[in-house]
Amino acid sequence: MAKNSEPGSDGPGRAARIGFGLFWVYVILYFGFIALVLFRPDILSSRPFGGVNLAIASGLGLIAAALLLSVVYMVACRVVESPGGERR
Amino acid sequence: MLYESSPVAIAIFASFVLAVVGLSFWLGRKGQSAKGYYAAHGEIHWFINGIAFAGDYLSAASFLGICGMIAFHGFDGFLYSIGFLAGWIVALFVIAEPIKSLGKFTFADALDAKYNSRGIKLSVAISTLVVSIFYLIPQMVGAGDLIVPLLGLPHAVGVILVGIAVTLIVVTAGMVSTTWVQFIKGSLLVFFCGVLASMILARGLTVNTGSLEPQTRSVTSEGRVLVDGEPQTRDHDLRPVGTLAALPARYGGATTTGPLGPLEYLSVLEDSRIVTWSGKKSTDASGSHTVYTPTERAGTDLLKPGGYFKGLTTGKLADKLDFASLMLALFCGTASLPHILIRYYTVKDAAAARKSTVVGIAAIGAFYVLTLFLGLGAMTSGALDPTSTNMAAPLLAKSFNETLFAVISAIAFTTVLGTVSGLIMAGSGAVAHDLVENVLGIPMDDAGKVRCGKIAAVGLGIVAMALGILFRSFNVSFLVGWAFNIAASANLPALVMLLFWPRTTKEGIISAVTVGMLASLTWILLSADTFEKVYGLSRDASPVPFSQPGLVTIPLGFIVLIVVSLLTKAQPKGKPA
Repeated sequence: MAKNSEPGSDGPGRAARIGFGLFWVYVILYFGFIALVLFRPDILSSRPFGGVNLAIASGLGLIAAALLLSVVYMVACRVVESPGGERR
Repeated sequence: MLYESSPVAIAIFASFVLAVVGLSFWLGRKGQSAKGYYAAHGEIHWFINGIAFAGDYLSAASFLGICGMIAFHGFDGFLYSIGFLAGWIVALFVIAEPIKSLGKFTFADALDAKYNSRGIKLSVAISTLVVSIFYLIPQMVGAGDLIVPLLGLPHAVGVILVGIAVTLIVVTAGMVSTTWVQFIKGSLLVFFCGVLASMILARGLTVNTGSLEPQTRSVTSEGRVLVDGEPQTRDHDLRPVGTLAALPARYGGATTTGPLGPLEYLSVLEDSRIVTWSGKKSTDASGSHTVYTPTERAGTDLLKPGGYFKGLTTGKLADKLDFASLMLALFCGTASLPHILIRYYTVKDAAAARKSTVVGIAAIGAFYVLTLFLGLGAMTSGALDPTSTNMAAPLLAKSFNETLFAVISAIAFTTVLGTVSGLIMAGSGAVAHDLVENVLGIPMDDAGKVRCGKIAAVGLGIVAMALGILFRSFNVSFLVGWAFNIAASANLPALVMLLFWPRTTKEGIISAVTVGMLASLTWILLSADTFEKVYGLSRDASPVPFSQPGLVTIPLGFIVLIVVSLLTKAQPKGKPA
């Protein structure tokens, strides 16, 4: 990973690593959904929750997941950056 | 269809626009230095900036285009929502941290921070300009499409109105006012769409299918417009469409459901039968004719992928690759859009940038959930104009009441104002700061830089107006797809490799940006869609296998960068003065 412009402060480096990890989680969710659309659309037509089909549930789920992951990221970064002193 | 303007609608609309422009004049007294003009003093609060992200991002394509696509084709419009939002994950988790510490005013600065190379500045400035222009076109087209039913005026008038309003805003106040325009727009958009979605749920679903007779709209060779063979007048016009044919069996013979909860609404719709309309165009000696015919379909068929992307159901490999390519381009494109990245520089530090992106994602995500309901509400509203998908959302509002229609149209118009001002900012930054000052090497003092930026903004405004009029018949989402493909192909490989691969050289970046941009642009200009809709040629004459280049040109950008970087000398360590 490229060095950040401030040597010695590992906060940003760890933030970037957390970001990377969460990014791959979302990649799996997003491209997993696309793979279903391409190869098993019948699964997406099913209605496991009785009301709404899996296609719509997945779409709503992906939107919710994006928000959830971004909040997790923000909180995790705040935690790793605070010991070094918070930049105002 | 023909529309009549109401004085109420015009009054509400005009006051909105004047209020927004007036606000920007008032705020404009503050930001006259170059730093202030381009980066809003680094002082914008993260919450404001986050909502402004949403206002910036939710353009005509999101609001008008996606709702319209869902209303006419079902689930597939929602795929755009998913793709557009997912791109923020790339922006936040991959790009956000590193780029804040690199750049000053523009995207080109970020890419060039290590190398101080004219070549980089030039290629990136051009790529910024090209992407900004391609993104501008659908906004201007959308503006025209808003004016037609609201004011009953020609398409070109809407385009010119937007052009003038935006140029005024940008020239007088630069980034500060565009941030506030976008904050206002973002809040209003989400709020009023929330109101409209609640009204849709409160109204519930009603069986309202009327005549299923096909309708024909013809344009004679002299330019007269006929409907079903007779001249088009307000009393003899196309019938509005988009209706529910039957409720689920469990409602017995009832024709209306009453208020429904959000999940209930979706599941009732899935079990209902719905009538959608599509048009087929043909040309003969007497002129061009479009015949609109209805199809009654089960809700389950509409609420799954494949209504618009026919390839998903035909099973052809090329069509599946096309769809995958588009979803990849949407995923990669957000982080690559120059007018989005600029917004990172308007907050104080990385922590504030993160917070504002989270706020942005929340607002944008909420909005996309609402578009699902707006689109489905429009689909069964009985108020759609069969000739225009873009009008679905405002016409849905009109089916509730005239005032809501005027308010939503005004908000949509400020939607376009916000997006276009952001784009012109990015473009004028590219011209003034990158091309004139850095590449041509013309020294300018602070005041000169600001003046140059304003001249560039006016020039871009004129180009945007001309293109918006020229491309008026295009599908808005198709054009946005173009912009995302080019942005992702040109900008993302360079940005990602610069941030994460130390062996990147300046020649690598220049080649990646140039090749990515040219390859995606050429592919698009040679695609079957372009052949058919732009040149008027046969789809089969196209040399490329599918329309969206991303799947090919994004990896191409990465490969070119890696190969060229390995072939050229490694950069010496340390930043040049």
